[in-house]
Amino acid sequence: MIVVSNVSHRIGRAPILTDISLTLEKGGVTALIGPNGAGKSTLLSLIARLTPLQAGTITVDGLAVATTPGRTLARRLAVLPQDSAIDARLTVTELVGFGRFPHGAGRLTDADRAIVAASLQRFDLGDLAGRFIDTLSGGQRQRALVAMAHAQATDYLLLDEPLNNLDMQHARALMRTLRELADTERRTVLVVLHDINHAMAHADRVVALKDGRIAADGPPAAVAVPDVLERIFGYAMRVVDVDGDPVVLHHR
Amino acid sequence: MADRTTVSGSDAAGTSATRPVEAVFDRRMALLLLVALALSAAYMTVSLRGNIAFALELRAIRLVALWQVAVAVAVSTVLFQTLTQNRILTPAIMGMDALYLLGQTALVFLLGGLGYAGLDPALKFAAESLIMTTMAATLFAPMLKGRTDMTLMLLTGVVLGILFRSLAALLARLIDPNAFAVVQSVSFADFNTLRRDLVWPALAVTALGTAVAWRARHLLDVAALGRARAVGLGLDWTRTVPALLVLVALLVAVSTALVGPVALLGLIVVAGAERLIGSRRHARLLPAACLVGISILVGGQLVLQHGLGGASALGIVVDFAGGLLFLALLAGGRR
Repeated sequence: MIVVSNVSHRIGRAPILTDISLTLEKGGVTALIGPNGAGKSTLLSLIARLTPLQAGTITVDGLAVATTPGRTLARRLAVLPQDSAIDARLTVTELVGFGRFPHGAGRLTDADRAIVAASLQRFDLGDLAGRFIDTLSGGQRQRALVAMAHAQATDYLLLDEPLNNLDMQHARALMRTLRELADTERRTVLVVLHDINHAMAHADRVVALKDGRIAADGPPAAVAVPDVLERIFGYAMRVVDVDGDPVVLHHR
Repeated sequence: MADRTTVSGSDAAGTSATRPVEAVFDRRMALLLLVALALSAAYMTVSLRGNIAFALELRAIRLVALWQVAVAVAVSTVLFQTLTQNRILTPAIMGMDALYLLGQTALVFLLGGLGYAGLDPALKFAAESLIMTTMAATLFAPMLKGRTDMTLMLLTGVVLGILFRSLAALLARLIDPNAFAVVQSVSFADFNTLRRDLVWPALAVTALGTAVAWRARHLLDVAALGRARAVGLGLDWTRTVPALLVLVALLVAVSTALVGPVALLGLIVVAGAERLIGSRRHARLLPAACLVGISILVGGQLVLQHGLGGASALGIVVDFAGGLLFLALLAGGRR
């Protein structure tokens, strides 16, 4: 269980998050949505201790992220930061192998190799295993990075805008894989999304941030309501029902 | 997830997937080792004359010095480039060699050429190492507090480098020509005027620093992925990185105090090693960079001493070649 209590954060004098409290039970997919600058990525980085906490506390399975040794936390929680270039000449296998770092001293055992192979398999990277990551397309690279987080074999998986730079096919495939990880491997997934329909289609719970506060929180059906969406995003948008699923016509 | 890329060499991918990733010692590494050893052997034996025991002893000490400067420069540059995520930077960018020059010039200015020559070398060495490490620690103090703005730190280093260089130039204008000649001679790395008495204490520091870097090789691989990914994988960034940067400062201080600034050697050595072994994994890059460094320094000194009759200082040649390579790297972009 991830418990965020009374977390506030500011950069310089600008408040980014104001008194956020949030509890994420184990299991399921939770989507963090909201307009640009709402504080989604900041909240995710704080939970993943990529950014030091300024006020409030965050615990993961009872371990305070501010004080728990990095490696202990890395065995429970994996994070995919927002995409940034990797300036190292690595093969896909080597990259995914880094996911095993928190579990050993950097030397891969046979068990580690088996897990890496399983992650490669899961993300359909078998053909690319020996390729250098700087020769991959954006979608392939993103898949390799998610596979690395997967190989970390943690209960919690945090992803910051993983659909950036992915085309429709890959975006859908990634979301379905996250769904599958939650359903078959009992992983807890927290994902920052911009595409609201992906959130509605694949998440169990949608948490919306606006101006550093939680603006809505609930199952997709409860958030995909015109009034709620207008409050979050600041303009009116239609929600239509397609075969029982809410579809937000945000682009019209 | 179905992204069917047509990979022509899929069987090649299959074999490399089964290849153990950690293989450190392969044919290329063996070749590098062979070259380094062959050059060292040549350095010891070429045109031996006169009192052979005396010549051998002199050469052995110089060889040890060449080796340890090569190792210190290689290791410090690899560490620095990994931690700053930049392939073109060397510790020289932190203004370390400029500080060294300023220190030397200030000493000559205060004590005069003769007074400078009369300083206790061990004491001077210890003081220089201490000052340079302290300066590095001061630069990194903001990082120790958790503020990890590498750009700011590098900019500070560059500005301080210019400041130190300008101050040294100012002092050099104020001293008399004889003393200026002394300053000139310490401004370029020169293995002929090596401080023999400093070789052994410096060796201890270099060996210790290299051992620490080697033990941290897996951490360094993780750090090379960038701060966010490294923290996500459990690396304690705010503790590990400043410690490693202090290690860099110590290694630079030792090699600079021993032979003078070899600013661009690190750049050549690491870029060369990376191309030769085609990997940036530290388990391979660290030894390869050390071997390339040894080959360049020992080979260069061999040519300079026996081919060119000691016409120039090795540091000048290395800096010239390094400058050309630096421009080539800038022009060629990052790969």
